[in-house]
Amino acid sequence: MNGAPFWCVCLPATGTDDLSDEQTTEEAPPLEQLPLDAWHRAEGARMVPFAGYEMPIQYEGIVAEHEWTRTSASLFDVSHMGQLSISGENAAHELEKLVPGAVTSLKEGRMRYSMLLTEAGGVIDDLMITNAGPHIALVVNGATKWDDIAHLREHLPDHITLTHYDDQALLALQGPKAGEVLEALIPGAGELTFMRAGFFSWDGVPLWVSRAGYTGEDGFEISVHADHVSKLADALVADDRVRPAGLGARDSLRLEAGLPLYGHDLTTQIDPVSAGLTFALSKKRRDIGGWMGHQACLTRLTEGSPTVRVGLTLEGRMPAREGAKIFAGEEEVGIVTSGGFSPSLGHPIAMGYVKPAHAGDGAELEIEVRSKRLPATVSPMPFVPHRYFRGS
Amino acid sequence: MPRYFTDEHEWIDVEGESATVGITDYAQEQLGDIVFVELPDTGTQVEKGGEAAVVESVKAASDVYAPITGEIMETNSALEDDPALVNTSPEEEGWFFRMTIGDSSELEGLMDDKAYKTFVDSL
Repeated sequence: MNGAPFWCVCLPATGTDDLSDEQTTEEAPPLEQLPLDAWHRAEGARMVPFAGYEMPIQYEGIVAEHEWTRTSASLFDVSHMGQLSISGENAAHELEKLVPGAVTSLKEGRMRYSMLLTEAGGVIDDLMITNAGPHIALVVNGATKWDDIAHLREHLPDHITLTHYDDQALLALQGPKAGEVLEALIPGAGELTFMRAGFFSWDGVPLWVSRAGYTGEDGFEISVHADHVSKLADALVADDRVRPAGLGARDSLRLEAGLPLYGHDLTTQIDPVSAGLTFALSKKRRDIGGWMGHQACLTRLTEGSPTVRVGLTLEGRMPAREGAKIFAGEEEVGIVTSGGFSPSLGHPIAMGYVKPAHAGDGAELEIEVRSKRLPATVSPMPFVPHRYFRGS
Repeated sequence: MPRYFTDEHEWIDVEGESATVGITDYAQEQLGDIVFVELPDTGTQVEKGGEAAVVESVKAASDVYAPITGEIMETNSALEDDPALVNTSPEEEGWFFRMTIGDSSELEGLMDDKAYKTFVDSL
């Protein structure tokens, strides 16, 4: 038996981007351990290299963890992600020069999805920006955090302080029961609504809690000092409604939720307009500009994109994976950037980039997998509806 | 009926002139939830070490190589509707295909039960 390594979340990236999550055994630097490393192993996790860390890909099994997340609540360790902040005079204004979303108008305790862009409009990373009061908090991808830090430091003025909270762990509690679970543990946390954040205290431990995540379900991300994360993780899974879940389920959940994965569906070769992320381009700032990548995005908005991101549903059971070519008849019209079997839907789904003429919902295309052509239909995303908590 | 194992984590049961092939419990455990198995067509000639089948887990696609040279005689149609049989019964109901034994000397280099267990323990 051979082929993709067992731990491989997605097949090798196809673009020219070198920020892929993949580790090659020849070149990989020594792997770092998460603060919860021993906890994961004690919970029966299978650990794999990902984003420079040894990370849990699964505990009892991806499908079981996926389904538990959709019906109850799962605890994910996302401590590999970069937790940064910027502060100093006009910090929001200075950050706005590097992202297409509005930051100065972001009210305290509110958060926004955005991206760091190159001048050419390519996505350096996607990230969450939160107005945390005294500073602006950023959560960036694990595999890209060092490049993000370099990019921010290069372009932010010297008087802006950039802090990397590398002693903070980050837990994601995701699922329809996440709200009641966290409210029971941390009274008040359950009152946060989607994309809001605040400081809380649990058993004397300060926590920064955001109502957000990347599974399509209601849920939270909880930043906690590495010294206390094991105690918090124990307290969360002590609730029968919570089970640990790994990277494997995180990937299948986010794919069903139609959420792009950096290094696969987003790269420096892809701009936000092609990626269907124009919602993240602040309307006002599209006109006035003043942010890196503005001109390139404006050109895409007015002239269109050569390829655009679409969802694809497949019949049968054979998945189409990253790198598979997409055809309309004999014409090659695109490529799959993420694909797999949807545990919730019971058939394969994929995300990819196709020429706009073939991007309409319902367009009948074919994906080539091992020299077979699999019928695929362009489908609206999310594949599985989001269930965010926007208030009762 | 002797059962042999390969270092690619396949098992092969020899029954006279033919052999049944599947993947081991260790292999299914490593692959995780299997969602699809692409089996060769009956009549396909396969070579020892050549691609014979593909196992798709939720995570990734993995090739299954032919443990010996021969011709595919029959495939396990039960895997079409229930590929998870490879997870639940990898070394019995989850078999992949039956094949002819083109060159019985190829069996000599394979591991027996005990040698395979030692091999897996060393991983």
